[in-house]
Amino acid sequence: MLTENWTDLTPEEKLETRFDIWMNPEGVEFTPEAEKSFKERTQIIKDAVQLKKPSRIPICPMMGFYPFPYAGFTAQDAMYDYDKLGKAMKKYHQDFQPDCLASSFLYGPGKIFELLDYRLYKWPGHGTSINTPYQCWEDEYMKADEYDQMINDPSDYWMRVYLPRIFGALEPWKNLAPFTDLVELPFVGASLIPVGIPDVQEAFKKYLEAGQLAMEWIQAIGAIDGEVLATVGTPLILGGFSKAPFDTLGDTMRGTQPLMLDLFRRPEKVKAAMETLIPLHIEMGVRTSTANKCPFVFMPLHKGADGFMSNKQYAEFYWPQLKAVILGLIEEGLVPLVFAEGGYNQRLEFLADPDIPEGKMLWFFDATDMEKVKETLHGKTCFAGNVPVSLFKAGTPEQIDDYVKNLIDKVGQDGGFILSNGAVLDDAHAENLKAMFEAGKKYSP
Amino acid sequence: MQEKLFNAIVEMKEDEALALAREELEGGKDPLELLDLFRKAVEEVGDRYEKGEYFLPELMMTGQIMEQMAELTKDKLKGEYGDSGKTRGKVLIGTVKDDIHDIGKNIVRFMLDANGFEVKDLGVDIAPDKFVEEAKEFEPQVVGLSALLTLAFDPMKDTVEAFEKAGLRDKIKIMVGGAPVDDQVQKYTGADAWGKDAVEAVSLAKKWVGGA
Repeated sequence: MLTENWTDLTPEEKLETRFDIWMNPEGVEFTPEAEKSFKERTQIIKDAVQLKKPSRIPICPMMGFYPFPYAGFTAQDAMYDYDKLGKAMKKYHQDFQPDCLASSFLYGPGKIFELLDYRLYKWPGHGTSINTPYQCWEDEYMKADEYDQMINDPSDYWMRVYLPRIFGALEPWKNLAPFTDLVELPFVGASLIPVGIPDVQEAFKKYLEAGQLAMEWIQAIGAIDGEVLATVGTPLILGGFSKAPFDTLGDTMRGTQPLMLDLFRRPEKVKAAMETLIPLHIEMGVRTSTANKCPFVFMPLHKGADGFMSNKQYAEFYWPQLKAVILGLIEEGLVPLVFAEGGYNQRLEFLADPDIPEGKMLWFFDATDMEKVKETLHGKTCFAGNVPVSLFKAGTPEQIDDYVKNLIDKVGQDGGFILSNGAVLDDAHAENLKAMFEAGKKYSP
Repeated sequence: MQEKLFNAIVEMKEDEALALAREELEGGKDPLELLDLFRKAVEEVGDRYEKGEYFLPELMMTGQIMEQMAELTKDKLKGEYGDSGKTRGKVLIGTVKDDIHDIGKNIVRFMLDANGFEVKDLGVDIAPDKFVEEAKEFEPQVVGLSALLTLAFDPMKDTVEAFEKAGLRDKIKIMVGGAPVDDQVQKYTGADAWGKDAVEAVSLAKKWVGGA
């Protein structure tokens, strides 16, 4: 509820209200220069999203761990040491002057992962080297015969089945009784018995301790992002988070292979599980972006990229559910910012879906043919991309300059375009990244 | 019957394929004949993948069906199973150090296997020395290095250099692949070639072992 009459507003009015809040943040003590930059940046991003021709092309990199090696720190520092995290983030924003904030939200907090014995990821010092970013460790965290349980009561499934598997420290939670037992007085005592089990008590103690660490973390990163905003004037665009339902199942629940086999073995269960996830994913996007006072909802896509499945499978198992989340977010006045890493050439026809209103979302592309993107999406949806990450690491500033020039010539002349890197940037030569910013400004119409 | 079994496999009818295979074996069919049929079915799935008709789900399901078939036939094959009879050539593959992604690599393994190569898959996060050590033992003609992270370009480069230092570089061909890999990365790492997908990996391997 951002205004008193919120429920009476149309999606369009909600969107304008959200843009207004994002463009006029309260309580930020900008430096005069940062304030000027902030106003320009928010305006050009908004114009691009709304398919207008901005005063210049916004340059919004998809930043991974690159700010840390750039500042002389490790990936481990980024996840554990808030002082170094802050130094690196400030240095990156000051030196490169991107048009959007690389939020320090994305990197930690390692201490919580350690305390809770997080098993879903490997991270620096815990399965990867100190210079390597965290990586998902796929497994069958949700078993094939658990679909009904997940569909019938997802929160209960998460608490008593899924969380005990992905957090070693919360394993004792599998002994808990469902909250839905608590319906009458005589059931209260019985329901609480498992909470008295010493292992369960220990698990809750760790959970509470993790909460304290989360407060320390949010204060630290809030201060970092706040200072960057006030002194550099870079607006947040990864405001809220959501996912494609197929990816939720495939990335961190069933795992890629088990889910792909489910498409043959139990396709109806897969669809029903995704139907369960759709409203949860809309609500997550609405809540997180509202809390961050930002109209954009970041949705990183994974298992619908070229090669992962046929268009027939995509039309049945991926797109309708992703589209439902996208439409649900747009209905709430939000701007889905969908990040299609990898190739999306096979799927472009889906993205031009007539049910999706014009100028209400953003597609970031990586290894996708941007001329085809323009052919398909121009006048419908703002698109961003796609300087290859290989060039940042293994190319030269001249090659980057050429690439950007060509890209802007071909697809960046008519508005509705944002310049960005392709895949998330973890490794680069500074002069190559600088070359992207310089070229973006030089060739912007 | 044979045709029905073949079709059940290539059409992803898992239960039917397994039931038919069980029936054949119980009826006294020579398991070696079935193995031949399985090989042809896997080839057909590989062909459909190459044509863009099949994707990851079908490759994974075929792999699953084959695993179960191996389980069915292993008792009857005694010592004979294990001699795959593959002659096309040997490929050593793995995901390089500091990267634990393996979906792409697994597709490449499947497709090389379907095309008659003997493939040794080392898994993920494989250090340069480990690649070299395994290559000395396995003696592959081709080594495939996989990565998803940009941070893995350096480990790829280090692995190619490790082969050089070990004096093996002239004896093997090295191909690199993975979502962010392109000709720029190939040059950077010093590999012989790169491929954008498993189909290209197979044609590179075929070209190098002279079986194109």
